[in-house]
Amino acid sequence: MRILLVLPFIALLWVPFYNHELPALFGVPFFYWYQLLWVPVTSLLIWLVYRQGRRKGDE
Amino acid sequence: MPRAINWTALSVFVFFFVLVTVLGFAASRWQQGEKKKAHLDEWGLGGRNFGAWITWFLVGGDFYTAYTVIAVPALVYAVGAYGFFALPYTILVYPIVFIIMPRLWDAAHKAGHVTAADVVYGRYGSRALELAVAVTAVVATMPYIALQLVGMEVVIKALGLTGELPLAAAFVILALYTYSAGLRAPALIAFVKDVMIYIVVLVAVVLVPAKLGGYSAVFASAGAAFAAKGGATGLTLQPQQLLPYASLALGSALAAFMYPHTLTGIFAARSADTIRRNAVFLPAYTVLLGLIALLGYMAYAARLDIRSNNEVVPALFNALFPASFAGFAFAAIAIGALVPAAVMSIGAANIFTRNFWKAYVQPDVTPAGEAKVAKIVSLVVKLGALAFILYLPTQFALDLQLLGGICILQTFPAVVFGLFFNWFRAPALFLGWAAGLAGGTTLAFMDGVKPVHTFAIGGEHYTIYTGLLALALNIATAVVVQFLRNMLMTRAPRAGVGS
Repeated sequence: MRILLVLPFIALLWVPFYNHELPALFGVPFFYWYQLLWVPVTSLLIWLVYRQGRRKGDE
Repeated sequence: MPRAINWTALSVFVFFFVLVTVLGFAASRWQQGEKKKAHLDEWGLGGRNFGAWITWFLVGGDFYTAYTVIAVPALVYAVGAYGFFALPYTILVYPIVFIIMPRLWDAAHKAGHVTAADVVYGRYGSRALELAVAVTAVVATMPYIALQLVGMEVVIKALGLTGELPLAAAFVILALYTYSAGLRAPALIAFVKDVMIYIVVLVAVVLVPAKLGGYSAVFASAGAAFAAKGGATGLTLQPQQLLPYASLALGSALAAFMYPHTLTGIFAARSADTIRRNAVFLPAYTVLLGLIALLGYMAYAARLDIRSNNEVVPALFNALFPASFAGFAFAAIAIGALVPAAVMSIGAANIFTRNFWKAYVQPDVTPAGEAKVAKIVSLVVKLGALAFILYLPTQFALDLQLLGGICILQTFPAVVFGLFFNWFRAPALFLGWAAGLAGGTTLAFMDGVKPVHTFAIGGEHYTIYTGLLALALNIATAVVVQFLRNMLMTRAPRAGVGS
């Protein structure tokens, strides 16, 4: 499950993947909305790992 | 930007400043535990009893500093996409916090440690390694405090005030209530600051594009301005900027929670679970930071006449907001400087007390005595930062802060590795730290105090964050030294048996 936390690193450190203006969303180029989108996605991934840790009884 | 004093904005500003001053002094009674009062845990860590909400406001208020609010849009205004590395940086920091910080909290909580250097001494029993971590942290923090003053100076100027008196007065007030209330003061003020900043940014990202013709118009005018400007600017990254962008994001994310101000927020948490939950919810501030960064582009659409990049945000607010709301926004930024400045000075004071005073001057100091020393040191630290900004050029503080970032990253192996595995011993980590620090600062100086270093392999040029290069050297040195040491250690007794 913790492996999920690797995803933001791949998604954000592989910069050529998102270094484009298109497709734009509401006038915002891809480069910007893609990175902003990874904020809630990362939050969600951490929450999933956290929830599983609670079930297994971390503390 | 010499302008007439804006009385409406100034009165709103003063109102909120007085409000947080009252809060700051009242904070000493807030959340008071049953523990004995005069104890460093009380003054320096708020009684180690901050729950998820308080920690969220405190760490959010202290990690996303006033200087960030000024400097990130300024950089985005100047160079475009490259300035956005703050966004991946402040996303990637949270998986790192989630994995590392609950363990560090555990180690600190069990033994009553107050600083990262305490944890290091507790694990390795090496005064040298403890001192290395402590000195690096203090050196990296001092210019950071000074930069908070720069953030405050910019908004004070935007209100039309001149001279250094307002800045000095604000800072002395801050020093006094931090002295009396300790970490509880910035924790309480952080509520006000964060709510104000959220309001300002939400209004700005809705209102400003509406006034300027929508986000497509904002990006179009910024794109046109960069096309005219040329060079390494633009709405997307140039090919040679890809590696610097990624390495700055990763290196900064690794370094972020090695600073005393962020760690103080961690150690003050009530439980490891508090920290895990905060790793889930703190990214809300990163959304805010991304939106703040976009203000840099809005400045183009608003056709502002800007002389120094740092004026982007105040000039935008002055141009597009009614005076009273501009005053509110400036107060939010100025109060935004008080929170991190207070926590940084408390963090530095805790380090001085625990890892210098207790270690070398007065080993039998009582917890009450520690609190007394730390309170006085926090005053000295703040006055030092004030003198720094008043008497030395701002560029000096900027350069030192940049070097500080490279240096603080070099404490990562010593602070973190021992939480996960038990292979390294103090000498290896110490030599790694020394190699990383020497290598990193030398490279940075050779490059003219730039954060990135370019080197050529087979005709190809690669540019990468110097701090990350230094960290690689640091870890490699530690591994080699530890490996050699293990070999010698296992060989020595065998040789003894054979002879």
